[in-house]
Amino acid sequence: MSILSLGFADPVLDAQASFRAILEAMSRPGRIQRIPARITPPAPLCPAAAAALLSLADADTPLWLDAGDAAAEWLRFHCGAPITQDIGAARFVLACNAAPSLAALDIGTDEDPQLGATLILQVANLTADEGWRLIGPGIQHEHRLRVSGAPADFVTAWAANHGLFPRGVDVLLCAGDSIAALPRSVMIAEG
Amino acid sequence: MTQTNANNPPQARQRWMSILARASAEEMAQCLANLPALPAAETLRAPETGLVMVRGRAGGDGEAFNMGEMTVTRCALRLGDFVGHAYVAGRDHEKARLAALLDAALQDPARQTTLLSAVIEPLATQQAAARQSEARKAAATRVDFFTMATMR
Repeated sequence: MSILSLGFADPVLDAQASFRAILEAMSRPGRIQRIPARITPPAPLCPAAAAALLSLADADTPLWLDAGDAAAEWLRFHCGAPITQDIGAARFVLACNAAPSLAALDIGTDEDPQLGATLILQVANLTADEGWRLIGPGIQHEHRLRVSGAPADFVTAWAANHGLFPRGVDVLLCAGDSIAALPRSVMIAEG
Repeated sequence: MTQTNANNPPQARQRWMSILARASAEEMAQCLANLPALPAAETLRAPETGLVMVRGRAGGDGEAFNMGEMTVTRCALRLGDFVGHAYVAGRDHEKARLAALLDAALQDPARQTTLLSAVIEPLATQQAAARQSEARKAAATRVDFFTMATMR
């Protein structure tokens, strides 16, 4: 039996600050934001992924995760989100190990594209100004982002996901306390 | 969070949780005053007040309906290895905190016997006495509708 630990130290202000950071990351795709909340989630969750889920997930958003029992129990207690085994039914998907295929996730419908899933992908490191070239809404010329630890075929899978617009999957990349977002509107070219 | 072990069958925990939920903060504090102080607990979820929809069902086979919302305060904290939860009616944060603290302490085999006899049993007796006195008051005003039938 694992021991539950504390979530956000200040549930209201920390959730608001994290939400702001995620909003900032989503509106400027590829720009790395720091999650200001200090949080010590159970392994293997990184602080950024934990803060994102605590800010966004709730009882109405089924959650799929591969992070093990301790993390599942912690998230169920602090977010109240139902844990689902069916990745296609999940509104939030947390991938700490091997990333699931983007095609397996819920992409929403043409009438309700907002129902598409959000993949929270824990990666080894995020570096700005090198690596992928991102263009799309929210980016004036191009943003560059190197993601170490992303799946090898991610850029190809992303092109397919981008092609489904307005349906599709949004991705939050988390490493330590840094977070960068890839909304479905963004295009990625290998740098 | 499921915490079941040999010392805490669910029925026993249900019983003390229901007694704690009915006790007031002062009653719990009074019972605790004579005992050695409990160690500091880590707050997992500070007391927070919200509304809970109470659902009812007319008869055993009626449709479930929403009867109304009630104010509930919940709290969760950790005492050593034990996580205590409390969901209590009303908006008394101190009551929720004490009930969660006692729930955590009662799960600890080293403290359970002392706390059961010093806190839970006195509260249970008090609550049973209050219920009985209420029932007596009500019984005194009972109208027996069969009186008319027997008078004829």
